[in-house]
Amino acid sequence: MSSTRELNESTHAEGQESPLLELLNGFIVELRLAGLPVSLTESLDAMEAVSHIPIEDRDAFKYALGATLVKNYSHWKSFEVVFEVYFSIRGSEYEIQENELENLTGDEVGETEYQQGEAPSGGGAMSGLSPEELQEMLFRALLNGDQAMLRLLARQSVIRYAGMEPGRPVGGTYYLYRTLRNLDLDSMLDRLMDQSREQALSDLTQLEERLEQDEYKNRIEELKKQIESEIRRSLVADRGVEAMARTLRKPLPEDVDFMHASREEMANLRRSLYPLTRKLAARLARRRKYGRRGPLDFRKTIRHSLSYGGVPAEPKFKYPRPSKPEIMVVADISGSVAAFARFTLHLLYAISSQFSKVRSFVFIDGLDEVTRFLEGVEDIGEAVHRVNTEADVVWVDGHSDYGHAFGVFWEKYGKDIGPKTTVLILGDARNNYHASQSWILKEAHHKARKLYWLNPEPRAYWDTGDSILGEYATYCDGAYEVRNLRQLEAFIEKLV
Amino acid sequence: MLVVIIFLEDEAFLKDTLIQVDYRFEDVAGVRSGLSDVSYLADDGIAGIVYLADRLAKPVLIEGPAGTGKTQLAKSVAEMSGARLIRLQCYEGLDESKALYEWNYKKQLLRIQAENETRDWNEIEDDLFSEDFLLSRPLLEAIRAEEPVVLLIDEVDRVEIETEALLLEILSEYQVSIPELGTVVGNQVPLVFLTSNGTRELSEALKRRCLYLYIDYPDLEREREIINAKIPGMDENLADQIARIVRSIRQLDLKKHPSVSETLDWAKTLLLLGIEKIDADVATETANVLLKYRSDIEKATKEFADNPDSIEEAEEEGAA
Repeated sequence: MSSTRELNESTHAEGQESPLLELLNGFIVELRLAGLPVSLTESLDAMEAVSHIPIEDRDAFKYALGATLVKNYSHWKSFEVVFEVYFSIRGSEYEIQENELENLTGDEVGETEYQQGEAPSGGGAMSGLSPEELQEMLFRALLNGDQAMLRLLARQSVIRYAGMEPGRPVGGTYYLYRTLRNLDLDSMLDRLMDQSREQALSDLTQLEERLEQDEYKNRIEELKKQIESEIRRSLVADRGVEAMARTLRKPLPEDVDFMHASREEMANLRRSLYPLTRKLAARLARRRKYGRRGPLDFRKTIRHSLSYGGVPAEPKFKYPRPSKPEIMVVADISGSVAAFARFTLHLLYAISSQFSKVRSFVFIDGLDEVTRFLEGVEDIGEAVHRVNTEADVVWVDGHSDYGHAFGVFWEKYGKDIGPKTTVLILGDARNNYHASQSWILKEAHHKARKLYWLNPEPRAYWDTGDSILGEYATYCDGAYEVRNLRQLEAFIEKLV
Repeated sequence: MLVVIIFLEDEAFLKDTLIQVDYRFEDVAGVRSGLSDVSYLADDGIAGIVYLADRLAKPVLIEGPAGTGKTQLAKSVAEMSGARLIRLQCYEGLDESKALYEWNYKKQLLRIQAENETRDWNEIEDDLFSEDFLLSRPLLEAIRAEEPVVLLIDEVDRVEIETEALLLEILSEYQVSIPELGTVVGNQVPLVFLTSNGTRELSEALKRRCLYLYIDYPDLEREREIINAKIPGMDENLADQIARIVRSIRQLDLKKHPSVSETLDWAKTLLLLGIEKIDADVATETANVLLKYRSDIEKATKEFADNPDSIEEAEEEGAA
């Protein structure tokens, strides 16, 4: 309580050039280059924030920057990478490690019956170890969950196995692969499990075994992360901060292309889908209570006037009933959009859990209604599996035929399209040169409230080759390129 | 460059207008120990950001999965600093008359009727829009309070994006503009916490004004400490086992992962049942405390059960 706010006359705001400020500036520029939206206000906040935090405290420093610069949790990972690149060499981490090393060589290493006379700097203390001894130390450290030791060993294994050479133009993943291959962590897990089985007094129950295994897996995962950041640190030292930051730049989750999403990215996408569909629900049922007033409610106004002595001071209005949106989603799940189709199915599932009246259809060259698979099913994996195996979507050869699929749709379900129905079509409109049957969309457009087409292909590819989106799009209320979450969100915004 | 200068001047102006207040917290460690005294176990990130919020005089926006102690943090900070907690629960359709202020129509009307004969209309009109007829709602109350205050704006993602704008003035300048009265400048800069469950993206304008804190599920170590701190008389080994099982369950692909509060419920249940060591049977029987969807319970029991029989038993029990 010694200082007051007044004391905090921000010296940094006057543009004094200090090394820290310069560093921060570079850091913020790199964040922007990585795609994070950092505003001017936020960068000023960050500068003020670090003046309250001792820079030696790396964790606190990181949180201070994170809290002021990153306002979206899905961006946190990108932030962490940039942070590590920028502050890895400058941080005091190395010194800490050396101190730890001195302490460790005293007690911990002695435990593994390894005696080292002196404690030179860096990872040198261990350079005399044979590979077997290193493995043994790793095993012990994993068994005891010894964090400091693991960090040290990670460093040593990188020095020993990654085979890093200055100036060699290979990515960090290559070094990571080499290091991990030499450490052989899979058999390490087996050894660890054997050890804890031995240690246990009685037989482990399956539950206990499972818990042990999860624990060791976590520790190994932790070790992998240590190795990864160790490699990154060495690369930064070799190539310089800017170059390294550039190679590590990855798209933010909302910019990941559906068509080329990796497994991990896909899992992230799925998680972000639910909030989006909730938003979609809100947009489609837009006649909500708030802001839209219906006709005067006479009874209610009179009743309220009683508390104002009979003066109708506060007119009351009837609320319009929110209309229940009916949605029909027609999705292409053929091979040409396979990656998108996986995403589509999740989208379908998410949509059908938000709306009461959703009917879902999937097609390749035949078309089938899949509402029954998605409704009331609690496990998305199962639902997707059933759609993929049970839906009757192949008519002749399993190559997409939009014309025929629309034909079936119109014949069987066309009568269900009403003035309240919104029809969403998801697909790339690559028709394999079959007949387009676009008159069906024209008719559907007349009957439905709105008809939208969402295409996972870049706009530049539309109407090239066998894509006939242009022909279909004439009859839609809109055709949109939807290749990532950002675009999907933009589409939902447009629905208003 | 021009923009920068204007902004800085703005901020300097702001600092002058604010009443000088002593900082509430000495350092990060102090925040952390203070919070643990009121049995809220903060990690370094949480404590650090609470400390910064005080130093920078900025609100904190807290996001994270449900049941990880977002609201509790605000309550605990209030308790630890001995401040009054003012809470604004957000909901769809919240408007300024519920959040900021409202004119007391009834009192105004009585006033008009009482003075109708004797006084000039202009005089009455002046009186009508004075502080006597102003009803303070939580936001206005928070900045006008004399004693230290912690303001909690709960579940801010529930209001419409248009309503968010109501918060902007108070969050950045700690003042409220009332057309009839002018600007009401606060007596103090309260600590402000906003929580959001992330059902929708908050506006950039709001985020820009806040420090951002994401509270995730705690790691093993912290969860164990939380169990021990919140439930007195808990066996250390049992707490450890609980924390480990919960962590393993969170790694499964479930509809809803168990929150910290559900972990605590489960721990209490086990304590009441007098269980000293969790085996698969106990876990399957009490899984419904931890997991709230049938499909999740089935998945978890399948993963952890010793043999398929016990699943069937559990299912029969569930059916019965």
